[in-house]
Parts: sequence; structure tokens; C-alpha cells
Amino acid sequence: MTVGLVLVSHSRELANGLAHVAGQMAPSVTIAPAGGLEDGSIGTSFELITDAIVKADTGDGAVLLYDLGSGFLTAETAVEFLESAQAERVVIVDAPFVLGAVSAAIAAHVGGDLRAVIAGALDARTANGPGGVRSLD
Amino acid sequence: MSCDAAGVVAAIRAVAATVAEHRVELTHLDRDIGDGDHGENMARGFTAVLTKLDAGAPDTPGAVLKLVATTLISTVGGAAGPLFGTAFLRAATTVGDAQTLDGEAIAKALTAARDGVVARGKAESGDKTMVDALTPAVTAAKGAADGGGSAAGVLQAAADAAAAGAEATFPMQARKGRASYLGERSIGHLDPGAMSSTYLLQALAATASQ
Repeated sequence: MTVGLVLVSHSRELANGLAHVAGQMAPSVTIAPAGGLEDGSIGTSFELITDAIVKADTGDGAVLLYDLGSGFLTAETAVEFLESAQAERVVIVDAPFVLGAVSAAIAAHVGGDLRAVIAGALDARTANGPGGVRSLD
Repeated sequence: MSCDAAGVVAAIRAVAATVAEHRVELTHLDRDIGDGDHGENMARGFTAVLTKLDAGAPDTPGAVLKLVATTLISTVGGAAGPLFGTAFLRAATTVGDAQTLDGEAIAKALTAARDGVVARGKAESGDKTMVDALTPAVTAAKGAADGGGSAAGVLQAAADAAAAGAEATFPMQARKGRASYLGERSIGHLDPGAMSSTYLLQALAATASQ
């Protein structure tokens, strides 16, 4: 079983780049970037997100991560247009975009089910430390 | 003008024209407190809508609204896509396959549209968003419909209330959307989504009264 990932971003480069970074530690996982509009400009595309969901969900579900709020709106709209059996196993998670993608990808790569991959994304909220400034001393 | 499929198509064409007319203004408003693409996004969406309508107009008001919805969802790349798209989709579902729309049907459609925007974006009144134009519009529309208003009367009441609501966003601090990142610096600017919602309703009202 492999849960897939969809990375929703306003930037094609950002989504593609993150897919590469996350993929390095999760070579067995389908990580489908959905960044930018279809013409490559900045924005989020319902069509590209829908295509990415189709790629990422091979029956075991998919976790969607997004960079900014309007990306969430477009992603949620795309999920609502899925037929209900698929919509039930496609989940948008509020998590840091980069850390969440890496953490979720690893969870999927080691065979985690949908819940485990969601948990992986959520665990990333503290992956870079508890928050605050890192100083030289 | 009758609110049948042809009338709704004419009204949507008027919306597309007004969006084109205000494209630069909406972009400037969005540049002040957002990412500067609202005018372009709306123009792109409604240009695509016109292309679809030119290829063959649907035969009920609901079908026209649904075509607008799905087109905006797929072509408007910012928050406006899912928000306006959901608004039109809920309106389409509410009017069903009615052949013509009267004042009451329009008030119900506007209410459903506003509810869809709130469900999608989770904004409340006072957050400095399109909801600040749409909620007064819905209140006015319901009042006009309850008073036996015609489609034109209901839309005019809605448009006037939306305009006042949009003006009222000027002193608000944004609590939703890209503008919310600006905090207090968002005060003293009109919300672009509230303005485009107003222009949209004004175009619908103007067509209905022809």
C-alpha cells in the first residue's frame, strides 16, 4: 500500500522542487506536484490539482499539502468535485509545506496508511525545533 | 429583460464587460493590500466564460450559472476562483431547472451564493472581504423580495447594498486572505473582492432593468 502526496503551491518551481526534495527520502512514494497555473504563472489551478490527485491516489488515498490559504481553497474545491469514494480518502492537511511534505513522504515510504501519513505531516510542525530565534551562541 | 436563460446570458456578458472595464482598478486595489492579481484573475475567468457562451449557451438560467461556476473554478487562479465559483455553483443548484427567475428566486440564489462563499472561505462580516459586500446584498435582496420586488428590483437593492458594504471595508483591518498578513496596514484601503462583487451585482441589476 502506498499513500500518495499532492503538493499544492502557487509556484510550479516550488512544488516541483519540493517534490524532488521529499522524494529523495521516499523513492517509492508518488509525490505529485501541482504548482502554478497551467501557463506556468503564479496561482493555484483546480485542473492541475485534480490531475495530481488522480496520479497520487492509486487506491490507498492521498494527503494534500498547500503553501498558502488560497491554495487550500482551490484544493478543497478540487476534492469536492471527486466522486465520493475517492473524496473520502483524499485529505488536505494543515501543516508546514516543506517540513510536512518531507515528513509525510517518509511516513508513506515506510508503508504507513492514510492516518500515519497525516500524522507524519502534522508531526512536522515541530520538526525544526520548538520555534523562536536561533542565535550564534 | 426577462430572467430566462437568454436574459441570464446577457447579464453574464454585462458582468464580463464590467470586469474588463474595472480590471486595472481591481488590480491596483489588490496591489495595495494583496498580491496584485485580482483584476487579471477575474478578467481571465470571465473571458473564458464568454468563450464558452459563444460556443453554445445553455438553455436554463441554472445551467448558465453552472457553466460560469465551473469556468471560474478552472481559470481564475487566485482565491477568487474557488470563492466566486462556489457562489455561482450554489446559486445554480438553488435555481434548479427553472425556466425563468423572479425576485424571490433571485433572493434565494444570492443567499445561497453568499452562504457558499462563507462555507468555502470561512470569512465573517468585518473581516474585510467580499462577504462584507455580499451579506448586506443578501439582506437587501430578501427585503425587496419579501416586499414583492421584481427580479430587477431585488438585484438593484442587492447592488446598492453591496456598494455600501464595499465602501464600509475601507477602515476595516483584514482578518482573512492575503491582506490579513498586512495587519493594520490594510486599514484605509477598499477590499478588492468586495468591489468586484459590487461591480458584478451592478451589472446584473443593470441588465435586468433593461
